[in-house]
Amino acid sequence: MSSLDLARWQFGITTVYHFLFVPLTIGLAPLVAILQTGWVRTQNPAWYRATKFFGKLLLINFALGVVTGIVQEFQFGMNWSSYSRFVGDVFGAPLAIEGLAAFFIESTFLGLWIFGWEVLPKRVHLACIWMVAIAVNASAFFILAANSFMQHPVGVTYDPATHRARLTSIWALLTNQTLIVTFPHTISGAFLVAGAVVVAVSAWHLARKNARPSDVEVFRRTVRVGLITVVLAGIAVTGSGHLQAQVMTKQQPMKMAAAEALCTTEKGAGFSIFALGTINAKCDEVKSVTIPGLLAFLSTDSPNGTVEGVDDLQAQMVARYGPGDYIPSLPVTYWSFRLMIGLGVLTLLMGLLGFWGYRRGRTPTGRWWVRIAVGGAIAPFVANSFGWIFTELGRQPWVVVPNPTGNTSIRLLTSAGVSPSVGAGTVLVSLIVFTLLYGMLAVVELTLLLRYAKAGPPDDPFPGGADDDASSEQRPMSFAY
Amino acid sequence: MQLTDVWFGLIAVLWIGYFVLEGFDFGVGILLPVLGRSETDRRVMINTIGPVWDGNEVWLLVAGGATFAAFPDWYATLFSGFYLALLLILVALIVRGVAFEYRGKVDSDRWRAAWDQAIFWGSAVPALLWGVAFANIVHGVPIDQHKEYTGNLITLLNPYGLLGGVVTLGLFTLHGAYYLGLKSDGEVRERANALVKRLAPAVVVAGAVFLLWTQIHGGRPLSWAVTVLAAVALIASARASLRGREGWAFALMAGCLGLVVITLFATLYPNVMVSSTSAAYSLTTTNASSGHYTLTVMTWVAGLMTPFVLLYQSWTYWVFRARIGPGHIPVPLLARRG
Ligand code: HDD
Ligand code: HEM
Ligand code: HEM
Repeated sequence: MSSLDLARWQFGITTVYHFLFVPLTIGLAPLVAILQTGWVRTQNPAWYRATKFFGKLLLINFALGVVTGIVQEFQFGMNWSSYSRFVGDVFGAPLAIEGLAAFFIESTFLGLWIFGWEVLPKRVHLACIWMVAIAVNASAFFILAANSFMQHPVGVTYDPATHRARLTSIWALLTNQTLIVTFPHTISGAFLVAGAVVVAVSAWHLARKNARPSDVEVFRRTVRVGLITVVLAGIAVTGSGHLQAQVMTKQQPMKMAAAEALCTTEKGAGFSIFALGTINAKCDEVKSVTIPGLLAFLSTDSPNGTVEGVDDLQAQMVARYGPGDYIPSLPVTYWSFRLMIGLGVLTLLMGLLGFWGYRRGRTPTGRWWVRIAVGGAIAPFVANSFGWIFTELGRQPWVVVPNPTGNTSIRLLTSAGVSPSVGAGTVLVSLIVFTLLYGMLAVVELTLLLRYAKAGPPDDPFPGGADDDASSEQRPMSFAY
Repeated sequence: MQLTDVWFGLIAVLWIGYFVLEGFDFGVGILLPVLGRSETDRRVMINTIGPVWDGNEVWLLVAGGATFAAFPDWYATLFSGFYLALLLILVALIVRGVAFEYRGKVDSDRWRAAWDQAIFWGSAVPALLWGVAFANIVHGVPIDQHKEYTGNLITLLNPYGLLGGVVTLGLFTLHGAYYLGLKSDGEVRERANALVKRLAPAVVVAGAVFLLWTQIHGGRPLSWAVTVLAAVALIASARASLRGREGWAFALMAGCLGLVVITLFATLYPNVMVSSTSAAYSLTTTNASSGHYTLTVMTWVAGLMTPFVLLYQSWTYWVFRARIGPGHIPVPLLARRG
């Protein structure tokens, strides 16, 4: 394998891995903040125990989100130095802003939250977790701004002297149309994950035969919070996905066509639910089960709209950018698009089923329900991964996709972005190291999460808070390493 | 003054923040097997840095991001060039970060011992390698006319580079000892203070040699002056510690680390990476920088955000100003299920 292929594998593996933890953090931090708000407002110990319990899960997950993020920050320079030189002027800015405006806040206030239970006044302590919740979402915004630039470069001009991109408007960069639709989609996908995890854990505890009454008090509350989150996020992720498809049709028509493996331009194109033949890169006809007009509706808002096909787009791109293969891997785009949508919709259905199951004080205790809930928690993780795999592989062979209505000099092929000075052996070493290390950490993380999820909320003495107890400095900390 | 110079200065500031802050938590990690004789001792040590280590690490992330934004070529050449060294640092930071969070989560001696190892190596390796990296940046590495690094990992392990590594390792360890003297209570505190006596002389000697070497190689009047101040601060911090002035020792050491970073940057300027192949190929603040607009935007962002960062990070240190002693260490969480 060339260093290009290896670098791509490494980026794919480390980023998908990072994004296993990211959505749970993004969604769970605000949910923990809500639970703690419930406690501060009602003084009901059930909310307190729920906060501590899900807070612990958040921390276990957060740790891996942080350490895998560090790798992301430096990988652009390590493996993609030509890319970094070409876009650094534009791309570095949101990355640096993310650090200054989000990472500093989330890490500092998380430390205050973990260790501050006894030393901070209750409301200040509550504010800390809210700061974390806001900051993780802000961080998503800035990193997605960087990513959206790669999908659709705006606010930029080409500098012929240096052959580099030059930023001309930070405002354009931060109001990129791609960003405006990607941000809500990613965030709602994250809340779907967090809501579903809360539901699954709560459902498991509620279905236990020997569940303690005090634990039932906790989990009846959290299961509701989780279910509401799942349903709202499920609706939001679908709606925003629809908006994204429309923007994508305009900005990256090739990606839309590839998502459908739609070979020739069609009016009133149907949406294929699944394909029976094999989808291959040559764009042969496949028999698929199709809903008429749905693709056209998804991408143009009208069932009679026209969706361009891969062949036509390839010819157009050759005319514009010179000879080359501009078609992404159709099997990957086709299936990842379907898995994203399908698994997300299943999670939404799980949420609706849950509302019915817990209606008017009932508690489903069957094994089947626990299984559905757990499955419903795994599904959105996978959906998120496929969403990114679709987005990122659907833009190949570009790393910076030319903006069809903008300055098309701003474009870069993935193959031109890789570091020229880094040999394949070096990348291979780091690929192996990261893969092994990440594999081991995944096992540890999962074991810990399950162990703590099963253990249930701790029976802590009712919390202090600096305003309750003047001698708090002498007591053991309640959260500590 | 040009914006490129401002950003050169700001990146120096970010590295100062990183060395001063993460320096002591690296030091605590390195001292964990030395000073932490019992499980309670070790938990005391880890909990002194518990609330702050992650915030300290963000200084590095922002230094990286700021370099990317302000000097893309510097970012690209440095990180693709120092690839394997950086890989080691990343692995170290990964295992170290999860170790803090995970070591207390399973009640088993073997489990904790394994994570203690992770904390030690995860602290010692970057403490050494950051020094190696900076020494090489200042002294020069092979860089060709396309701004690409042409050496390998061994190129970095020259005597001056290694000495730089030993110096940061020593400085951070000493900084960690001062921090424990200031922030812990009981036996850990006593041992930390006692250790300074043995450690400080070696660090002073290594530091002096390194700084002299740096200045003889590329010194200017200004960097000479800063160097002398750095050495004075280092010696003064050891003196303060021996006299039981724990707060002063720590503060002087923080000052010393800041001055060391300034020495390196002042020697480097106006280069950002020196090419040993040909001076013409060196990356400089002008030929490696972003455009004027990007720098202007980033100056505004940094100017608006940095005061807040300093404010709430200082507040954190104020909130957790109390010393941590064995009495603060709780029973592990899972054991608290009734
Ligand atoms: C949509 C959200 C999102 C996406 C696409 C990414 N991240 Fe991330 N990242 C986060 C959302 C996030 C977060 C929610 O803010 C994290 C996860 C857990 C955490 O601690 O913060 C985080 C952590 C995190 C950290 C550690 C921060 C700390 O120490 O507190 C770094 C350096 C990065 N990320 C960098 C990146 C880079 C360079 C990415 C692009 C390839 C990337 N992340 C993709
Ligand atoms: C966290 C969610 C993300 C996931 C899961 C993800 C996934 C991927 C995958 C699978 C690839 C490999 C494609 C290939 O080359 O075969 C890739 C490439 C890449 N992605 Fe992403 N990505 C994510 C976010 C981002 C963000 C936020 C950025 C920019 C800020 C980004 C920048 C890149 C770059 C530079 C490459 C390498 C060039 C390339 O191969 O196209 N990615 N990503
Ligand atoms: C009907 C449902 C959905 C539709 C129509 C839809 C549509 C889309 C589209 C068109 C993209 C590509 C955007 C681009 O590359 O420009 C995308 C990306 C993505 N999707 Fe979905 N999606 C749906 C459901 C989901 C669900 C349920 C999840 C996760 C739980 C999810 C997670 C993602 C992620 C993480 C990305 C990559 C980031 C981004 O570009 O926003 N999607 N989706």
